[in-house]
This record gives sequence, C-alpha cells and structure tokens, in this order.
Amino acid sequence: MTMRVLRPGLLMTVQDLGRHGHQHVGLCPGGAMDPIAASLANALVGNEPGEAALELTVLGPDLELERDTLVALCGAEFEANLPLNRPVLLKAGTRLGIGRAARGARAYLAVAGGIAVEPVLGSRSTYLPGGFGGLGGRTLRRGDILPLVQDSRDLSRERFGRLKRKSGNTVRWSAPPQTVPEHEPVVLHVLDGQHFPSFDVASQRAFSDSVWKIGPESNRMGFRFEGPKLARAEDDEILSGPTCLGTVQVPSNGTPIALMADHQTTGGYPKIAEIASADVARLAQLGPGGTVHFARCTLDTAVELRRHILERLETALRGIAWEYGN
Amino acid sequence: MQRLALAVYARKEPELRDVVPALGGLALHFHPQFTGDLVQFALSVVQRALEDGLPPPAEVGREVEVPVCYAAKFAPDLAEVARRLKLEPEEVVRRHAAGEYRVLMIGFAPGHAYMGGLHPSLALSRRATPRPEVPAGSVAIANEQTVVYPYAISGGWNVIGRTPLVIFDAAREEPSLFGPGDRVRFRAITEEEFLK
Repeated sequence: MTMRVLRPGLLMTVQDLGRHGHQHVGLCPGGAMDPIAASLANALVGNEPGEAALELTVLGPDLELERDTLVALCGAEFEANLPLNRPVLLKAGTRLGIGRAARGARAYLAVAGGIAVEPVLGSRSTYLPGGFGGLGGRTLRRGDILPLVQDSRDLSRERFGRLKRKSGNTVRWSAPPQTVPEHEPVVLHVLDGQHFPSFDVASQRAFSDSVWKIGPESNRMGFRFEGPKLARAEDDEILSGPTCLGTVQVPSNGTPIALMADHQTTGGYPKIAEIASADVARLAQLGPGGTVHFARCTLDTAVELRRHILERLETALRGIAWEYGN
Repeated sequence: MQRLALAVYARKEPELRDVVPALGGLALHFHPQFTGDLVQFALSVVQRALEDGLPPPAEVGREVEVPVCYAAKFAPDLAEVARRLKLEPEEVVRRHAAGEYRVLMIGFAPGHAYMGGLHPSLALSRRATPRPEVPAGSVAIANEQTVVYPYAISGGWNVIGRTPLVIFDAAREEPSLFGPGDRVRFRAITEEEFLK
C-alpha cells in the first residue's frame, strides 16, 4: 500500500514526535515543528499521536492514493480538495490536491496506520542536516512512493466504520488545530535567557518592545527575526552552553535566532531568552514575514501555560477517541 | 561538568529525556508531561548525584583511538599551520598525534566533538576565511582544541589530517564515535592504511 507524490510542494518531509535521548552526542530530537497539530492529525485517523505523518510547509503537494485510505489534514489552513481537521475516507486512485496555506504555515497529513518508513534511532522523523530518517533523509520529490502499512486499506475501512457521526466520506464534526494564530503579531512568552542581563538596557527594552518579523532564511533549524539590532554591554567571551528548543540566541550581527526542531544542541552565542515551550508550536505556524512580540514571563507562568495547552490537547484527543467508540 | 552529567545520567530519572553537558553548563531536558516543580526537581537530582559521589575523572568516558592520515592531500592547512607556528610539518603532526585529548563538549552537528588537550605550542586562531566545505573525517585544530568533522560541512578550523572512521552513523547501535568525556588519542597512519 502506497501513496505517490505527483507534485511535492515546498519542504515536505516525514515527521513523527522525534528521537529523544541523543542530545549528549549532538543529535537534536527533531520531529514535527508543530507537535500538537501532528498529534491531532494522527488521532483523527485513529493513530497514536506519535505515528509518522507528512509535514507540509506553506505550499502543499499533489498526492495519489493506491488504495482506499483514511486521511486527515490538520494544522495550517491549506487550500485543499478535502475538508480540513477531520477524518476523510478517500477512494483508491484519488488525487489529493493541496495548495497554499491561507493561515498558518504547517500542517500534517496523517494516514491510518502511519507512514511506514523504517525507523532510525527509534523515530521515523526526517533529519535533513544528517540526511537520515523519513524517506532517504531528504525532502520529498516528484515520483516518490511513500510506504503505508500493509493492511492500510482494511484498517482505513474498519476505522471509518467505527466513527459515529458520519456524512458521506467524512464526519459532521472537526477538531480545530489549536496552534494556528488568529491574529498577528503572535505573542510569545519568554523567560529571560542566561545572558539577558549582559545586553545593554536599550537592547533589553527593544527585545520586548518591538514587533519582530520572521526573516526569509528561516528553516527547521531556526527562525531569524528582523528588527532592531541587539547588542551586549560588554562583548566578553561566552563558554559554549547547552541549548534547547525555543532558545533565542543573538550572534554578533545582533539578529536574534529562535532554535526550532532541528536545532544544534550546544552553542556559543549569548542567549537572550527562552521561549515558553507552550508557545513554540504557535511560532512554528508562522512562515517568513510572520510577526511576533516577545512577552517576558516567570517560570511559573510558563509552566502554567504548558499545563494548559497539554490539557487542551488531551481533551481534544479524548473527544476524538470517543468518536471512534474508544 | 562531565562527571556531574554522568552521575545525573546514571540515575536514569524517567522525568529526564536528555542530559547534556557543555563547557558553560549542564542541560536537563524534561519530559513534556512532567508536572512537578522543575527547579526543585533539577536541584534535588543534582544534589543526590553529588551525595552519591561523582565518578572519578579516570572513569568518565571511554578510550577512543582515531587513526589519522596526515598526508598533504588530506591536510590542506598543514603547511600553513607549520609556517604560522614556525615548526616543520612533521613536528606539528608529531605533537598532535602525541597528545591525549578529552571530549569537552559535543555540538554544532551530531558527533561533532570539541576536544581539549592540544599541545599549547599548536594553539593558533581559526582560518580568516572558512572553507565552504570540509570533507567528512577531517581532523582540524584551533585555539587549544581539536575536532573531527562528522559530515562534509563548511568550517574555519585548520585541517591537518583525515580519519577513515565514520564519526556519526545513525544506523549503528552507538551512532556517535565520541561521547562526552571520552579520552581520545590520534594514531598516524599512511595513505595505504587510510585507503584500506
């Protein structure tokens, strides 16, 4: 059972929730840039949240299904010939046409049973800098054939059969993606970074007073922010330290960079802030040109925000499981 | 830092997904489902690790021997390095291969180990202009450290040799040749040995 890529769109890769436990040897976890949308897409087709799905970025693909397949597209609002954020049973031979993202930047196309590429170090995520994981460790191309699980047709039909409130080949409800911003600039909560106090007062203010624009050279490794240049009061040498998803570094050119899914695990640039983990997935829903505003907060607030988004996700996952009669 | 990282890692706390030592700090990466007090947990883990006792330095890391061919075709910067240090190229090689190194930190790319212990007489700054691509396995020096490039990437370190070993292979059981705190020795090999 397969799915064929007729037109690849932009930067389409296979992603799950990443490979953990290897950061001490320099390998970041990687995985879906928006793990919340990826988890929902999987739940919508009856999968566990961590199955491998296709990550679409800004411009979607055309795909052809070999057999009947239960799919769900969740995340950014892409123009597509299937309804978003809900399970859809597509007939063999269907051509799935996905265009531009009208709102948000990334969405996940999940299929019943998941994309059946070989796991590498416990994950099917594509790690582009290392060239492994996913399909050949690379972005998908025209003509690629994605393996689905052996019994994906029977699995798809059986799962669709279990759904309660159906309408034609889909359902009468949907699961909103939770991370796609309603308006911009998107407010990102940040903790002061290790080197925040070493920035000059004007830069400290500018960091939280400005509206920052995501630069064109942003990718799965990091997002660059265009705005005022930030400078340190003293440009003393910094020992390389560990970094994290959402760390905001400021290299000597003064342009802040937020570390995203495929980030380096250590770094020698001063760290001005750490984005609250609750807000990183929302940042991932912005493409180049998107705008953000940094709001400094305490660790307690960041923890509370994370608890809130995890609860909201859990509620949605339980609701979807109920529709499947679980 | 390496000893503390190892002691924390050895506790195998299920709440922690990654324990990452670096020169300027130690990172504890929590499982996102963790709902307790982060700071309290981190402090108590470190405290318990300290109470249990840190492993002696000699027990941190493994012994890793890296064969290196220092022939000119693999060492584009060796002649210039020798000129800048006012040494013969053979002497640069001898001192580099005689050293015992410690992996101080891994970062920049998977398996990319920053190793301390370079003979102070070999310390010099990075190249003014980084090379657009340094081949995988290249052995390079800068300041008082040495590195081995795991992938063909751009880099500004002074390349003085190359190893035939694969530094990072995701398909291996232990993907990275180097781990934090490893003790590393370089062994000079001939071009024939390199090609084998």
